[in-house]
Parts: sequence; structure tokens; C-alpha cells
Amino acid sequence: MASKKIQLTLEDSTVFTGQSFGAKKSVAGEMVFNTGMVGYPESLTDPSYQGQILILTYPLIGNYGVPSNAIEHGLAKNFESNRIQIAGLIIAGYSSEYHHWNATKSLADWLKKSNIPAIQGIDTRALTKRLREKGTMLGKIIYQDDIELMDPNKYNLVEKVSTKKKTIYGKGSIKILLVDTGAKFNIIRCLLKRNVKVVRVPWDYDFSREKYDGLLIGNGPGDPKMCKKTIANLKGALIKNKPIFGICLGNQLLGLAGGGDTYKLKYGHRSQNQPCLLVGTKRCFITSQNHGFAVNNKSLQKDWDLWFINANDNSCEGIKHKTKPFFSVQFHPEASAGPVDTEFLFNDFIELVKKYKK
Amino acid sequence: MKDKMNPSLRQAAGYQEKRNSREFIRRSLKRDSLPDLPLKQVQGSAGSPRLSIRSSSSNCYCGGRASPRSKLRAIRRRRIKKVIILGSGALKIGEAGEFDYSGSQALKALKEEGIKTILINPNVATIQTSENIADTIYFLPVTPYFVEKVIKKERPDGILLAFGGQTALNCGVELFNNKILKKYKVKVIGTPVKAIINTEDRHCFVKRLAEINVSVPKSIAVTNLEQAKRVAKKIGYPIIIRAAYTLGGQGSGFADSEQRLTELASQAFSYTHQILIEESLEGWKEIEYEVVRDKYDNCITVCNMENFDPLGIHTGESIVVAPSQTLNNKEYHKLRHLSIKVIKHLGIIGECNIQFTLDPTSEDYRVIEVNARLSRSSALASKATGYPLAFIAAKLGLGYSLSELKNSVTKSTTACFEPALDYIVCKIPRWDLGKFKLVAQEIGSSMKSVGEVMAIGRNFEEVIQKALRMVGLGMHGFVGNNSINLNHSIEKELTNPTDRRIFAIEQAFKRGFSVEKISNLTKIDKWFLFKLKNIIDTEKELKKINLIQKIPKALLLRAKQQGFSDFQIARSVLKDEKGSMDRKLLKVRAVRKKLAVLPFVKQIDTLAAEYPAKTNYLYLTYDAQEHDIEFKKQDKPVIVLGSGAYRIGSSVEFDWCCVNAVLALAKKGYKTVMINYNPETVSTDYDICDKLFFDELTFERVLDIYELEKPQGVIVSMGGQIPNNLAIKLYNQKVKILGTSPVSIDNAEDRHKFSKLLDELAVDQPEWKELSNLNEIHKFANDVGYPVLIRPSYVLSGAAMHVVTDPSQLNFFLKMAVNISKKYPVVVSKFIIGAKEIEIDAVARNGKILCYALSEHVEHAGVHSGDATIVFPPQKTYLETVRRIKKITRQIASRLKISGPFNIQFLAKENDIKVIECNLRASRSFPFVSKVLKVNFIELATRVMLGEKVKKSNKSLFELDYVSVKAPQFSFTRLQGADPILGVEMASTGEVACLGDDFHEALLKSMISVGWRFPKKNILLSTGPVESKAELLDSIRELERQKYTLYATRGTAQFLKRNGVNSKILFWPNEKKEPNTKSYIKEKKIDLVINIPKNYEEEELSNDYIIRRTAVDFNVPLLTNTRLAKATVDAICKKSLNQLTIKSWNEYN
Repeated sequence: MASKKIQLTLEDSTVFTGQSFGAKKSVAGEMVFNTGMVGYPESLTDPSYQGQILILTYPLIGNYGVPSNAIEHGLAKNFESNRIQIAGLIIAGYSSEYHHWNATKSLADWLKKSNIPAIQGIDTRALTKRLREKGTMLGKIIYQDDIELMDPNKYNLVEKVSTKKKTIYGKGSIKILLVDTGAKFNIIRCLLKRNVKVVRVPWDYDFSREKYDGLLIGNGPGDPKMCKKTIANLKGALIKNKPIFGICLGNQLLGLAGGGDTYKLKYGHRSQNQPCLLVGTKRCFITSQNHGFAVNNKSLQKDWDLWFINANDNSCEGIKHKTKPFFSVQFHPEASAGPVDTEFLFNDFIELVKKYKK
Repeated sequence: MKDKMNPSLRQAAGYQEKRNSREFIRRSLKRDSLPDLPLKQVQGSAGSPRLSIRSSSSNCYCGGRASPRSKLRAIRRRRIKKVIILGSGALKIGEAGEFDYSGSQALKALKEEGIKTILINPNVATIQTSENIADTIYFLPVTPYFVEKVIKKERPDGILLAFGGQTALNCGVELFNNKILKKYKVKVIGTPVKAIINTEDRHCFVKRLAEINVSVPKSIAVTNLEQAKRVAKKIGYPIIIRAAYTLGGQGSGFADSEQRLTELASQAFSYTHQILIEESLEGWKEIEYEVVRDKYDNCITVCNMENFDPLGIHTGESIVVAPSQTLNNKEYHKLRHLSIKVIKHLGIIGECNIQFTLDPTSEDYRVIEVNARLSRSSALASKATGYPLAFIAAKLGLGYSLSELKNSVTKSTTACFEPALDYIVCKIPRWDLGKFKLVAQEIGSSMKSVGEVMAIGRNFEEVIQKALRMVGLGMHGFVGNNSINLNHSIEKELTNPTDRRIFAIEQAFKRGFSVEKISNLTKIDKWFLFKLKNIIDTEKELKKINLIQKIPKALLLRAKQQGFSDFQIARSVLKDEKGSMDRKLLKVRAVRKKLAVLPFVKQIDTLAAEYPAKTNYLYLTYDAQEHDIEFKKQDKPVIVLGSGAYRIGSSVEFDWCCVNAVLALAKKGYKTVMINYNPETVSTDYDICDKLFFDELTFERVLDIYELEKPQGVIVSMGGQIPNNLAIKLYNQKVKILGTSPVSIDNAEDRHKFSKLLDELAVDQPEWKELSNLNEIHKFANDVGYPVLIRPSYVLSGAAMHVVTDPSQLNFFLKMAVNISKKYPVVVSKFIIGAKEIEIDAVARNGKILCYALSEHVEHAGVHSGDATIVFPPQKTYLETVRRIKKITRQIASRLKISGPFNIQFLAKENDIKVIECNLRASRSFPFVSKVLKVNFIELATRVMLGEKVKKSNKSLFELDYVSVKAPQFSFTRLQGADPILGVEMASTGEVACLGDDFHEALLKSMISVGWRFPKKNILLSTGPVESKAELLDSIRELERQKYTLYATRGTAQFLKRNGVNSKILFWPNEKKEPNTKSYIKEKKIDLVINIPKNYEEEELSNDYIIRRTAVDFNVPLLTNTRLAKATVDAICKKSLNQLTIKSWNEYN
């Protein structure tokens, strides 16, 4: 495999060199690591990674290639959005030869075609430890030309990844309004599987006059406080009694709309093995996560309860309104990539919606 | 509406009120999804993907979860204070050292809880049967009879069945079925027996899985050809035919058409009434998950593993990687989700293993089996991830929730998580098929391997090369080996796998086969083959270079990253250079260091660096840019070299020695470093030592670690032959070896030097010579007289050592030696018939003996000491002999200035004493004698090596008021075709030792522990040559007096008749006349077979062989050695089963 020298420079001036296997260009972004061992096609297309240079800690990547662009229900069947969302990819070892019945191209070809730079041959463990110790940093991939560092969290990334127009998926008497702050396709798929109609609207869509049975706020990139319009719209919905389900960024937005506060985690949770405790019980769920911000446990207003907490660092993993049908989780019940143990939350949400519809 | 909802919502919110915990548990067990999800309770919805748990009325335990409610109440009501844990007994094929590891961890977990533990395990060489691990230890057979006796005596509250392999599980199920557990009110801790039965009984298993729509391979029993055709059509061709109740798979096969089915089925129906028609899953992937569940229904998968070899090869026989490499997210999580679904439905509490097969061209799958206990795979998963499965499983059995327990690596995060690996591990089995006569070489659906190794690295090329070296069969990796002789054409080797298939792949590549072609022949996923091809390509690049100084750094780095050893590089680059390989690889090392191509130390932390690890579980890799840990100058640790893969001749006993050395060092305040790569061991538990390097025990790697650690010294005398062989090479590189000087070790190891030394000491030894041509060999044999023992240095296949009784036999075996030359000489020595074998295990300091143990073999010389039945203290050795042996031992110890452990083996015949072997290291019998004498030889030896002035032990073996017998465990049942006889090559896979008030008692307990049973009535005698016939006569008379019914083959019957003993004649197998020996054994009309081979070495498929093999195949106790047969017969005539005392180790004083 022909590979050119390429380097990664961190905010603290640490330099890692490796070989390029993606697009031949430089890029700057926020450095984050994910410890999941499978699911690079899903991760790379997860809109929550917008603006980020992703480090995969698993050292053998590309093994099973990349699946086709087949469309199902109007959505890319094998991906979480219509394009690669990460700014750049950092891995240890790239399998230039892949093999899988479902693959149609190599990871390198996909990256090149998508104009995303990628480096292999990096001691990703050393790099990850640095981020763990010093916290999330900015970084840049330099291919020939140097560029400036860039903090994506200063921008409204949600605007960038959100749909521009209202789209309807599926049929069914139940109508779920999905506020698209960068929602993964699998959230839509999980809803469609339950025979509901999904109305996907842009992040800043004013849904106060829209008719719907349940509201879902999905995941998305960046600092939740950037989504002022969504928060404002949500505040309106909180006055009503229609069920609301938040996921990931949706959890943070619901928290903010409910009067709570959010903060930036030192290096975030990005993995497929985050344990979440149901508060007050011994039930603990293994979840897939991808977030850098979290709801401050102590900031919750008196109407709200802490629902789930992270069993490792006690951070907020879910909140629930004390009296109204509003709840949200920081983790990803739609998984993809990751464990599907909490997918039943979609059942519970739909059941709740049905009850309230009566 | 709002008003109506409020109160109920509030009430349902579990965390708002202090909830009655029992109530909570009850509800949490009821379903799969959120127990306390307020939404659901308020709404009373039923939309979740619940697992139905309905009872059924069948006979098997398909009735749900063994009433967890009542069980939990019981546990809560009465705290568990005292438990019994069942061990797995001797190491055998399919059940090896992994259960020492899991049992030891469980005991540690119980101890932490203040629970009194009673362990039943006759395996004397294990860590778990050491002091301070269990409170009370019984060296007794793990059979329902003995376990019941112990229960009756100890009256425990609980019993743990999941930590002693299939042995413990089967015993537990039997105790449950016999209502013994109920009778003594013993609770099963962990997975309920009913759930175990649901996994063990195929019918129940299939039924339970069908309840939750989980697929298993289709398999239907048919009783005639028409039915077979119908079923085959329904399942769809190709299909597999399995003939039920036949051995060796006769009449079984693969059919892709009705015509082929008709052929096979007709053949099968000629000797069986039932065949199974199964769907063919040929070429499907095999994937395993290790699943943990607590009683609160929390469920995690700790690890998944992918077999490199596709379905059809037992997972224990497969090369395995973790985590899976060729599965995408959907496949990985689909199987993970199914694992959890199955385990919840079966109601397992603790740990279990689930095996899947996955279609390589779709997401279709089947569940192959579930093991509701700790297993070989779970030990591997523990080591692969750093997640202490057995420890956690024991805690969960006691009622903890996963989230209450801590991750023992980070010490800060919860145990309720799934390890994220940032490395890859590769397991390769270790086979010793060459040790057995007549054994089939093919590997397949049953286990034949005796051990395994695990390599850790950052890429596949690296780990497979490391692992191939670790296996220890003389391979240097995937390439760079001496040419391997394949038995068949390369296509056949690829299609019909043997233990050498990986090297057939190498040769195929070198002959220009494409990845495509190899994949078609082997069904191995192309991804693995692409990676192997990379190694071939790198070797090609290396071979283009002829001068090591000219090697480009990038190429050298690439080779090292792909796991090439300096040896492999030397072989590729320095091919034209003269000189020894040892010198060449040092050259490579020097160049490598100059170019700064050095390995880095990485840590296994369970969370891929997300949280810091508090433990030092380490490996080395070139695929990195920095060390994970700092090396502190002040640490000055001591490095202990481990024992590597378990194999015939070196197994758990050396792990016991290594662990005890480490513990002794820690006790004295030293920092300890362990190097070992065997995932079945306790020594590779990261909490045993300060630093564990899970890495190779090669000269190169040990030196790498030595240079990083700068230790006080290295201990090479605990891990058996592997570290012992490294001693002199390391010493030559100025490595500080603790204890006996490597020069002395070399003097004892080198046959010529040692022989000369004995001559100088005027100590006798059997005559021997190293010879390199046939004439000389024949001449020597004639001079000293037959029989002689021959040891060629290089053989094609089959056992290396042979005793030959005449010139024609000598010629026959010498032909098997590939070439006899100055480079590959043959050692010929006089073989002494009828000699007694005596061993001494001892520890010396500066050549002075501090403690010793002298033991005798029941069998005469000619049986390998590892296969011998050993008695300690000796019962039949003359005091004069003991005195003379002690004197010789003192002379040798003093001459070699031994400081540490050593072992000498002697032959004694008519007061003549000859030395046959001397090892300046701990021997196989160190744990045995240490435990029987209750003096820890290893602790003493370690202190000696540290330079302490250790006092002489005043405990003498003559003061013991009890006797112990160590008996070998053979695994012949697993080794189809192998002739179950004893010889000069070791064949046993494990051992046990039991204590008794006299020899007979100790012998019988040991024999029962290795699967022997008291004969009820009928004994078949075929007592071999006339000398053994005569030797056994008195014992046989006693059997007749005790009213046993004696059957005999013709010659034996005639001999007995002449001597006034009646027996019924059975015809030889080849006579095909009834009553026939073979059919009598098959029909279980015989309770014990005594068959003494006529020659020491008999290779042809004789009648005797058929008798022995049939006894093994039909599980009828068999004795093939005259001396052991006599001892055993005498013992059964003197003691009955109920006379065997139930005494714990402590009670023998």
C-alpha cells in the first residue's frame, strides 16, 4: 500500500507520525477517542462526531471493509447518516485487504472518496492516555500543509448536520416528531420498526403548532447550549403533556429546557461499554455512548429526577420528570454501533405515547 | 388526567421510597427490561421484547428459573457460612489447568467474605490445594460417593459446582439427582442445578431455546432409509449423517445428494439402528461469548472470541483470536444479544460460555452449546481481557450484583462493564500427538490437545508468530522453520486438518497458492489469510538482504512489528554466514539496538486506556511508540521464569513451583516479576506478582525484559525445562541467575559432562554411548547385551525413545530416525530389567542438603517417571539403599555446588544403585512431596537463592505416620486409536495424590481419583510373558479366594489351571468366536481388565492392543503393568471401598 508520511499535532504540541491512508489533506478539529471494538462504518457516519478527529483505540481497523450505499425506508441502510461525519481518523493498524460478504469497498477508498484524511501507524494507546490525562484537546492532521487549530465547539455544529427540510417516514396512526439535531438513522429505524409515522424536522423547527403524539429529540454534535432555538421550542413542549423522549444531546437539551445546566466532561464517554445504573436499584445496563457534554446532576430542578447515572463516574445518564411523561437518556438505546440492551426504551416510549393518545 | 397520574407515578418511582429489596429482586427477575421503569408500570404496558418464562410439563427441567424467589429467600434467611467447592481432579485432555485457576479465584472470593471453605480435589500439584487457600482440603476423588462422605462429615451450607469443570458439574448433578444435597440441606451456590441440566441435556436445551426462537443446528434422528431420505429433503442438502452409538465416527459423513445419502445410510444401518440427519454448516464461522449474569438480571458479555478454524474443529483444538476480527457491528451485537437472551432464559447465575456458528455469507447463525460453568474458554477470556471471571462468578453466586463489585484492574470503576481491548490475543493449542502410539493425527470435533498458549500483541501477524513460538514444538513462528514434513499432499493437509495445518498454509503460500485457493480448501476467512500472506511477503523482503548491517530500518521495524524474532530474521538474512544460530541472533540483536528498533511495554487495563490501571498486567510489542509504565531503578525486582504451555511432561506442578517462588519472594519484601504465557495458570494472574509479563519465554524476550527491569536476578529453576534450558545462554550474556550456577546446570544437563562427573565421584550409571553409525550401535548393543534403550536425536514421527530387545527391533526403530550422523547421533544405553526406581527431591545450599524427600516407584524401571505410581514415604526400599542414595545425593550436590532445588533419579537392583538422571531445578514431584511432608521445598529453595542462611529442615520422612501415593492420569479415551500402555516415553496428562493410613488405602484412593473403579465381580486376565504370569499368580489366587469370577485368554487360563486356579476362557478378538474378549468388554460383562503387553514395544495391531483399546473405549478399568496390577489387586483384596477413611489433609499429622 502506498502511504505518505503524515502527522498529527496536538494542542499541547505533541506530534505523532504515521502513514496516510485517507484523503490527502490537512484538517483540524477536536481530538476524541472511542474504545468500541466494532462498528467503524456506523461511528464514522454518526453526526455527533461532526468536527472531531476520531481515534479508534482498537488497533485493527478496516477488516470487514465498508458496506454498500443501499437505501431502505429512504435512509442509507448501512450507515448512520448520508456521509462520513468525522473530520479525520486516527488508528493504529489498517487492514488494506478486507473480507466480508457485505462489503463493497475498502475503508481507505471510502475515506478518500469522502475527502477525509486518515492516519495509521499511530500508538493510539499512548495518544488516548494523553487525552485521558490532559482532557480533550484540539488537534490537526497535517498532510504537507500546516493549518490552524480549530475548536468546533465554538460553532453551531447541529445546524451543520441537521436536515434542512421536513421529511416523513413510514405509516401508522402514531405520529412521532423527531427534532433532528443530528439524529442517527438508527433512531428513525427503531421507531419505524414499531410501526409509527416519523416526521423528521430541522433542529430549529417551530413545532408548537405541529400535530404529533410524541416528541423525540435525538443525538447531535457539540455544545448543547448552541441549540438555543431547540431549547426554546422544547420549553414550549414541556408545558404540554405529550410524551417526550430525549437521547444523548436530547438528554442535555431536555435538561437545559427543564432549567438544569450542562458542562463539558474531561474527555467524554465514547464507547460501547458504559455501565448505567437505574438510580435507586441494582439494575445496571451496558450502553453505547458518544458525548462530550453532560447534564449537571445537581442542577436539576425539583420537578426532575435523576433517572440513570454512570456506574463509573456517577455522571448523569438520564433524567425523568416527576409527574409528566418526559424522560431522556444520555446513552444510545438505538445502539449502532454498540449493544442493543436498552432498545426496549423505544417500546416503552411508544407504549406511553399510545396511552397518552387515548 | 394529570391529577390522576401523579400519585401512581410517584409511587412507582423506585428511588423515591426505600423499597423492600426482596420485593425489588422478585420483580427484577420477572422480566428482561427495566424492572422499575416507572413509565411501564404506570401504563401497565407489555410492549418490551420480554423473554417468556413459561413452565412446561415435560420431564426435563424446562420449567423456568428454578424458582429463584424461594432460593433467594433462603439465601437471605440464612447466611452462608461454610461451603464445599469441588475441584476437577487430575489434568486431562479437555479438562486441564484452567480449573486450578478458576477454583483458586473462587476460593479467594469466598475467603474475602469470611466463608469457611472446604475443597475436594485430589490434584496435589495445584495451587488451590495449597495451604491458606482453602480452609480444609480433602485429597479425595471427586465422585458422588466421596463427596457425600465429606458433606456428611463437614455439614456445609453450600456447594459450588461451577469451578471444577465437567467433573465437578457431573458430580454435582448426580448429588442433586440422588437428593443427597437435599438430604444434607446443602444449597447450590450460583447457577441452579436445574439450569445446568437444561444446558447439559441436549433435548432440554433444544426445547428451551425453541421457546425463545433461538436457532440450533437442525438434527433429526431416523431409524430407516426412507425416513432418512424424507428428513434430508426437509433439511435440505448438503447434510451430515451421524451414526449414533458408534465409535470413531464409522458410517458418518457428508452427503450432498440423495445417492450419497443412500450409500452412507445403508452402510450405517448395517450396524446401528439409529442415525442422525443434520444440516451441514460446513465452513461456517465459530464464535464464542463469555457471559456473566447476576441474580438481579444484570447481564454482560466479557469477551467474544473467534475461531481461526471454521466449524468442525473443536474450539479447544482451534486457533482462536479475541476479540472477533471478521465480524461487523451487526453480527457482533446480534450474537451478543442472543447470548444474553439465552443466558437470561436459562437462568444462569455466575458465568457461562455460549458457542455460535455464523454463516460467512449472511447473518444466519446457530447456537451450538452453552456451558453453564467456568470453562477453558472462560479462563482464556479472563486472561485475554483482565476480567477475573471466576472471582466475579463466585461473588455473584453469593448474591452480589455486578454493579456492587469493582473492576479489579482499575479498582475504581465497576465490574458491571464489558472490557474494551486495545490489542489482540491469539490462542494456539499444544498437541503432543507424537507421544502416543497409533493415534490418529487429524484434529476435529473432539479434543486432543493437552495445553494452550496465548499471545498478546497489536496486530494479527505479531500474535500468531508469537503464539507459534510459545507452543514450544521447535517452531520459530509462521516462517523460518526447519522444513516440515507433511504426511499428505498439501491440498489434503489443507482440507483435512492435522495439528500441522498452519504450516501447510505456509507451504501452500510458498508454492504459490492464492489466498482464494487456500480459503476454498480450508474455509478459513480470507482476512486471516491476507495477514498470514503479509508475513510471507516480509520474509521474502528479508531474504533479499544478505548483510545484516544493510537491513533498512523500516524493513526491520516492519518485521519486528509482524512478530519476527531475531532468530527468524537471522535465518532469513544471515543465511550464508557460518557460525551458530545463537551467535547470529545476537548479531541481529546488536544491529537492531543500534537502529533503535526496540519493543515497548504495554498494559492490559480492561478499558482501552479510558481509565488508569492499578495493576501491571503487561506485554511487549514493537507496534507502539512508548512504554505504558515507568521502570524504577529502586525496584530491583526478582524475575521468575514460568513454565510455558502445559504439555505432557510439564504441567500444573511447575506453575505451583513458580507461584510459590513468587509468594516466597513477596514475603521477604522483594518486588516480583513473572514471565509466562499460559492462560490456564495461576501464575498469570496479575495479582500474584508485582508485574506480570504475559509474553514469550525465549532468550530474546527474557533478555528484553531483563534489560528493561534491571532486576537483582532471575530464577530459572521453577518453571521446568523451558527456563532451565535458557540458563546458560542468559548467563553467557551476563544475566544474573539466582541459585545454582548455570555452569553447574550445564554440567548436569550435558550427558557427557555429567557422565564424566559421576565417574569421578565413582557413582555408578547404566552403560551408554553416543553413536553415529549403525555398525557401532549394533556392536554396542551386543557388548552390553539387550535390551537397550535408544534415543535418536531426530525422528519423523512417533515416540523418540524405545527399549529394544533384539537386533531386528533395533533396526526397525533406527529406520524411523530420519538421519543418523555426527550432527544427529543416537544415544544407546543399557536397559536394566526389573530394577526399582527411586527419586530424590531436595533443596541444597552451597552444596549442602537442607531438606529432601525420597520416594519409590511402584512400577519397575522402564516406565517414565511421569507415568509411574509413586509412593512417599517409600514403603519397600531397604534402609541400606536409602543410606547409599543419600550419600550419592550429598556427593552430587556438593560437587555441583547446588543452591536451590534439584531432583535425582536412581535405579536400584540388588543393592546396586545407578544414577539415571539429575535435574538442577524443581521437579514434577515438588508439590507432592512438599504437601505430604508439609515442608514447602520451594519456599526454602527460594530463600536459599536469595542468599539467606536457611536452617536445615528437621522434619524427616521417617516420622510420617501416613502414606501417600501419586498416580498418573491418562487421557487415552480422548486419543482415538492410541495404545494405552506405559513405556519410556511419558503419556500421562496429569496426576493426583491421596493420603492414607497405609499404602493400600492411599493407592486405592489415588486409583479411584484417576477414574479407576473397584471390580464388582468379573475380571479378565491376560497376563503376558511368563515372568509376569508368575509374579501375578499369588494375587490372582487371592482374587479367586475372594470369589471374583476370573476370565482369561487361552495362554493365561492354561497357566492358571496348571497352578490350580480356575478361569473361564474367552477367545482372542481376532478369533471371532464367542465367548470373545472383545464382546465381553463391549457388553460390560467385565469389570476389570488386566492385560500385560508381551514386549516392551509392540507396534502391530495385535490382539492385545484390541483388548486394551476396547477396554479404554468402553470405559472398563484397565491395568497394563505387572507391578501396578499386583499392588492394586492386593489392595482390593485387603480393603473395601467403605474402609477408605475420609480425612482431610490437616488430619494427617
